[in-house]
Amino acid sequence: MKKLMLGNAAFARGLYEAGVTVASSYPGTPSTEITEYAAEYDEIYAEWAPNEKVAMEVALGASIAGSRSFCGMKHVGLNVAADPLYTAAYTGVNGGMIIAVADDPGMHSSQNEQDSRHHAIASKVLMVEPSDSSECKEFVKTSFELSEKFDTPVIVRMCTRVAHSQSAVELNDRVVPEQKEYIKNPQKYVMMPAFARGRHVFVEERTQKLREYAETSPLNKVIDNGGEIGIITSGISYQYAREAMGEGASYLKLGVINPLPVKLIKDFCAKYKKVYVIEELDDIIETHCKALGLDVVGKDLFGYIGEFSQAIVAEKLLGKKADTVSFDGTVPVRPPVMCAGCPHRGLFYCLSKNKITVSGDIGCYTLGASAPLSAMDTTICMGASISALHGFNKARGEAAEKSTVAVIGDSTFMHSGITGLVNIAYNATNSTVIILDNSITGMTGHQQNPTTGKNLKGDPAAAVNLEELCKAVGIKRVRVVDPYNLAETEAAIKEELAVSEPSVIISRRPCALLKYVKHKPALKIVPDKCKGCKICLRLGCPAISVREGKAVIDHTQCVGCGICSEVCKSGAIAE
Amino acid sequence: MDTRSIMIVGVGGQGSLLASRLLGNVLLAQGHDVKVSEVHGMSQRGGSVVTYVKYGDEVFSPVIEKGEADVIISFEQLEAARWLPYLKKGGKLITSTQKLDPMPVITGNAEYPEDIIDKIKAAGIEVTAADALTLAEEAGNAKASNVVLMGVVAANTDFDDKLWQDAIEQCVPPKFLELNKKAFELGKNAANVVHS
Repeated sequence: MKKLMLGNAAFARGLYEAGVTVASSYPGTPSTEITEYAAEYDEIYAEWAPNEKVAMEVALGASIAGSRSFCGMKHVGLNVAADPLYTAAYTGVNGGMIIAVADDPGMHSSQNEQDSRHHAIASKVLMVEPSDSSECKEFVKTSFELSEKFDTPVIVRMCTRVAHSQSAVELNDRVVPEQKEYIKNPQKYVMMPAFARGRHVFVEERTQKLREYAETSPLNKVIDNGGEIGIITSGISYQYAREAMGEGASYLKLGVINPLPVKLIKDFCAKYKKVYVIEELDDIIETHCKALGLDVVGKDLFGYIGEFSQAIVAEKLLGKKADTVSFDGTVPVRPPVMCAGCPHRGLFYCLSKNKITVSGDIGCYTLGASAPLSAMDTTICMGASISALHGFNKARGEAAEKSTVAVIGDSTFMHSGITGLVNIAYNATNSTVIILDNSITGMTGHQQNPTTGKNLKGDPAAAVNLEELCKAVGIKRVRVVDPYNLAETEAAIKEELAVSEPSVIISRRPCALLKYVKHKPALKIVPDKCKGCKICLRLGCPAISVREGKAVIDHTQCVGCGICSEVCKSGAIAE
Repeated sequence: MDTRSIMIVGVGGQGSLLASRLLGNVLLAQGHDVKVSEVHGMSQRGGSVVTYVKYGDEVFSPVIEKGEADVIISFEQLEAARWLPYLKKGGKLITSTQKLDPMPVITGNAEYPEDIIDKIKAAGIEVTAADALTLAEEAGNAKASNVVLMGVVAANTDFDDKLWQDAIEQCVPPKFLELNKKAFELGKNAANVVHS
């Protein structure tokens, strides 16, 4: 039976069919749904870990125990998990172990555009790359065999367009291999210098074997259409090239992308007059070809930035440009915004109103940086809000301590904010940290986390008590505010900035999109009272706009949170 | 057959994912090779979103580029204008008449263009416009305007009605099935009236 499946769903199906029993991940667009779909199979134990490093260590532990295991993350998540990765490369596996890493060319939902292939090269592990949903499933299954055969973790590289595109997949049955015996083997699993030296020798020998495997791997395919043009490509770039060039070119589609084959590439290049390398992001295949002395063209034509498409390939290789229709007029941009009723809005309104410098973080609340709130000064990586605030305050002293805060979500705080807060307490700055606790991991689409009291399967779980945790690391001033109550929230911010002590404000209210959150009826403008002052527009609520000089509220969007009626000085917003 | 391309555009939160999955399942049941490309993550939060549906004998790229779409289905007028350059010359637009102000309009830094549908028609595009929001509210929930619009699409295509019904049953949770079936019917009937 063929089924239309997202790349991520097909990946999860591959985990199921390959007999995986343990999966641990941290959510990150575009990788999140792999683990969500995996959790729908009762035979797979699946969990959200607090961060990617923990997830990878869980997966490695399960592998050492003899089971097939999985961990998934987005590209920047692999930076967090790089520490276990580079040593897992030495220990190798017992049961097969697969790591999904999803790159985000074009940065649909990411803070940078890094190319994960560098991690595979540097850690010296096998990396494969599927180009559609069907391949996602098949490559995952093959990767488990390769992981066990070559004693290596295998990274399956995804990208946004493969992860979030649906295509037809043939379903097969689950086959669970017998759990491998666990035998104590410190030379393999205790990576202290004396043993690690021995394992490094193994890693280099394994790389040689993997290189030989890449020469004949069925994951690499040559599509020979004759002609003069050859294209070396992989993953989604293959689909773009194939659509643009059809049978007008021949293709070497690489499924194994680390290590890269040598003879296969040389033989392919020898057959065509002109060879192009089409790869999104960095010039890894191209550099490999050029090191082999091959005359190929890649980044000179295609560049390093953003996503490719069939149109880009057609334009660069064929000089073709599409005939288009255009709209007669200016079309205003529509950037993403905080939802109507978002609890973050009230908090950011108070920060914006008081012109506070804000050390930001990664999540829905990064949208606080957008106009009209414009209440964010920095956003770097998960957890950086708190540690960077401490550095900022050390550099600029007391004046900064009284005018600067960090904002971080509940899930991001659990991911890597705690250590920054420990640093503030331990190394003493009078910093003010605001935890935006909306009781869910929001931006990635509502995943549970260690503060929510539920696990990935939705079952009750231990919940971290944020107040007690902050106190336990040495913060004496910890208080909770409701961000729908602007007066209370603003007063708390002012008070905590004024005191010469580190403090934590927990801005607590569940995400307005959560199913269990009951909404109030939409609010209405009383036209006679509205003076058209537009102060309500400063909230940046998508439900409020102005028509003919008076505010109007879109009843389909408004959830009755009421913060607009708090800012309205004319009493013009009523239930 | 050659690959055909349909774009579904709208504002994050309007339900373009469900619409594209319905369409994808109908096309797969017709025996086509199908690819549906979706948007998740940050862009979903009230931003401009686009979903691509492509079908044919063998589909390669999951994305649609400028000048490639045979049909654009738009949940909102401004989004129809924004994505118009993606339509092929001679392509069709099916749009909801709903208007949602983007943040630059709300903050007074930009204006919402006037007479969008007329301007698009003036560019030589065949437009089918329907008040999907009002019909969705009639069906019982403003959120069902995505399925109303799929009803309009169904009336403009010749796929077997049973395939649509099967797809709705497959993609919609049982709790909302009746509501969505009603929304679909309202869209189908409306299409006959508003076709221009």
